[in-house]
Amino acid sequence: MAGSVQNNLPKPLWLLAELTYKCPLQCVYCSNPADFAEYKDELSAEDWLRVLREARAMGATQLGLSGGEPLLRRDLEILIAQARRLGFYTNLITSGVGMDEGRVRGFREAGLDHIQLSFQAATPELNDYIAGTRAFRHKLEMAHAVKKLGFPMVLCFVLHRENEDQIEHMLELAIQLEADYVELATTQYYGWAFLNRDRLMPTRAQIEHGERIAHAYQEKMKGKMKIYYVVPDYYEDRPKACMNGWGSIFLTITPDGTALPCHAARQLPGLLLPNVREHSIEWIWNDSPDFNRFRGFDWMNEPCRRCPERFKDFGGCRCQAYMLTGDAANADPVCSLSPYHGLIEKALDSAQRPDRSAKPLIFRNPKNSKSLVENRRSLARSTVI
Amino acid sequence: MDDCPFHDQDAIPQIASTHRFQWEKAQDCYVILYPEGMVKLNGSAAEILKRCNGEMSVAELIRDLNDQFPDADVAADAFRFLQVAHENGWICAKQSP
Repeated sequence: MAGSVQNNLPKPLWLLAELTYKCPLQCVYCSNPADFAEYKDELSAEDWLRVLREARAMGATQLGLSGGEPLLRRDLEILIAQARRLGFYTNLITSGVGMDEGRVRGFREAGLDHIQLSFQAATPELNDYIAGTRAFRHKLEMAHAVKKLGFPMVLCFVLHRENEDQIEHMLELAIQLEADYVELATTQYYGWAFLNRDRLMPTRAQIEHGERIAHAYQEKMKGKMKIYYVVPDYYEDRPKACMNGWGSIFLTITPDGTALPCHAARQLPGLLLPNVREHSIEWIWNDSPDFNRFRGFDWMNEPCRRCPERFKDFGGCRCQAYMLTGDAANADPVCSLSPYHGLIEKALDSAQRPDRSAKPLIFRNPKNSKSLVENRRSLARSTVI
Repeated sequence: MDDCPFHDQDAIPQIASTHRFQWEKAQDCYVILYPEGMVKLNGSAAEILKRCNGEMSVAELIRDLNDQFPDADVAADAFRFLQVAHENGWICAKQSP
């Protein structure tokens, strides 16, 4: 009786714990906010243990331990052990930098379920250029250690114009490293990737080539290795069902304890940004204004409001709608029915004629983050005057 | 797929090391968990997977199900489900020592 009512409420099945914004890498497509250097007050292990307990009691099953680079948290093993005791399926999402075989063994003992290891490219030169640091050889060693200790391993390659042509080489590398899953995920334009969008957007020819290679390998590796290929949404004419709908299954906790319905949502205007230091996960998920803001369908503008497809894609991504149109309640402009769809077409048009000299890549590091914040402030000051 | 090892009734199924099978109170059902995903299981699937414990052969698993559910035609269902579970990578055959 009570159980059946409970079951109709959405549950935060996916808990993404961004343990820190610190990272030894400087990837130009990082999805962390551009102003990450502003947030220094990290949650304690005690706070995180409470978050894990409360989220698990709310029905969370998948835990992503992410960042920044989660390996920089010395209490990571404690969090993993607690998560496992609570019954989470624990996923460590890491660059591998800060890991050695001893630590991988420690994760095994703590009960970690799975490691997702990122590569920036299939060759050391390009990998280390995109990452802004020398990391490729160490990543290879860590991939061997992960497999040696019996973990399921997901290799994640974020694709963009600079590395998309290496896709076949990436898949061969994955086979050689005995990956169980490979994610070939084209860059989504949030955070640093949005700043670098003009330099990262692949050409249509690259996308078609990538898709062809990925499908050939899916066929070839059937039953041995699962390969996911994610097409960039800019090249679709319908938006992704972002987060499976706002406040539907996804809960992000940022390093400073802010609870968000997705990791890019902090930028949306008008959010109250509840913090786990002050509120329970139950209140945040069920009752906070933020998590209810875009639940259901009443908040929608036209054309989503009466669109039969709204039940399938929920109008796409709120952050993308806000970043490109200025109103988070608009349709995601990826949708060809959006009056702003021309913005996407324009970005794609210029991607077909790449001009490398146009704009330098902005690397994700504290120095660039601080200067972006400073620029934004001086811009705001000059508008006031 | 014809390479399902569970056509052989002596094969011993177990949950794949990449996956976890557990009861989820909040879902009120058994689930299979794997990297970044979850599958909810119905009652009969769960009864079969409970027995994929690396100890029972396919023949023993079916006998055990028959004992517990004498009114159902479990053999055909179990074979079909073991094949699907294997294709999905949820279970594998225990290697003989």
